[in-house]
Amino acid sequence: MNIWLVMAACGGLTFLIRLSFIALEGRYRPPSWFVVLLPFVPVAALSALTAPELLLAAGEFRPTNPRLWAGLVAIGVAAWRRNTLLTIGSGFAALLLLERL
Amino acid sequence: MAHNSAMTDHPASRSAAFWLGVRALLPMHLGVAPFGVIYGVVAMKSGIPPLAAVLMSSIVFAGSAQFLLAQLVSLGAPALMMVGAVGVVNLRHALYSASVAPLLARLPRRWKLLLSYLLTDEAYAAAIPHLLAAPANSVGHWILLGSGFALWAGWQLATLAGVVLGAQLPEGLPLDFALPLTFIAIVVPMLTDRVRIIVALAACALAVALSGLPYKLGLFIAALGALALGAVLSRRRRP
Repeated sequence: MNIWLVMAACGGLTFLIRLSFIALEGRYRPPSWFVVLLPFVPVAALSALTAPELLLAAGEFRPTNPRLWAGLVAIGVAAWRRNTLLTIGSGFAALLLLERL
Repeated sequence: MAHNSAMTDHPASRSAAFWLGVRALLPMHLGVAPFGVIYGVVAMKSGIPPLAAVLMSSIVFAGSAQFLLAQLVSLGAPALMMVGAVGVVNLRHALYSASVAPLLARLPRRWKLLLSYLLTDEAYAAAIPHLLAAPANSVGHWILLGSGFALWAGWQLATLAGVVLGAQLPEGLPLDFALPLTFIAIVVPMLTDRVRIIVALAACALAVALSGLPYKLGLFIAALGALALGAVLSRRRRP
């Protein structure tokens, strides 16, 4: 097995996946159900990406997981102040505090 | 703060848009940099030649896929399986592609190719609230270029440090938590109506329920399921 060939194939495939809809735009008329989905992509994809980081520790849900509660603190601060640095700062502070309990 | 973001959401010049993208991504480096260093160390242990391990960060340029590749190389997996696994892990990027495609429709081809190459989880997340806030902004694509370039540069440096220096990370500092925290800071302000809140909660529940699936498939299926729910709910409200 040649690692360079595998890397080239993986890089090409990754690039094509990222290019897919960007390249197709304007060359086809997407069905209406597809257009209705698009506004929800950021919320759906980024929530799915983040939730396991907060809710699972080593693959399991534990109510005592500090990251769960620190994440909830950050969610509360984000909803309240809509400020990125404040959200990150409060989440970190909560995690460091909870890990020492 | 609302006043501040209203100003920066409509950058008037290319450089203002570029730096807006860079700034939106910067906090993620707290989490991405250690992740990149660890990749470099893992890649070295897997037996990938140093030069290949370093260049993989620009040829493949996808964090979790690079970890997976290093793991599969050390297991001696067949080449076709490695390529297939990387393709599945990166399927979610097609969602980002669909999401930004209408916003990039008028750009020349070279821009579409460049921004596609840079379209990672982090760059998309950092740029998308600003892109959606001003979809008609003629310099909006510079925001995505800024966030994409900022992640690319940081990832190259971090993975290079991992390969060359090995693991020298401060123990006990949960820096990786910076990434989910930044995503929270991005997603929560987007939850502006009941349907979006339901979509977010459904995506969280599905992602956790399906987290046992290999190659991040659970994440992709969870996003698709939540999207379908969003489409059904929004159609019901506005027939």
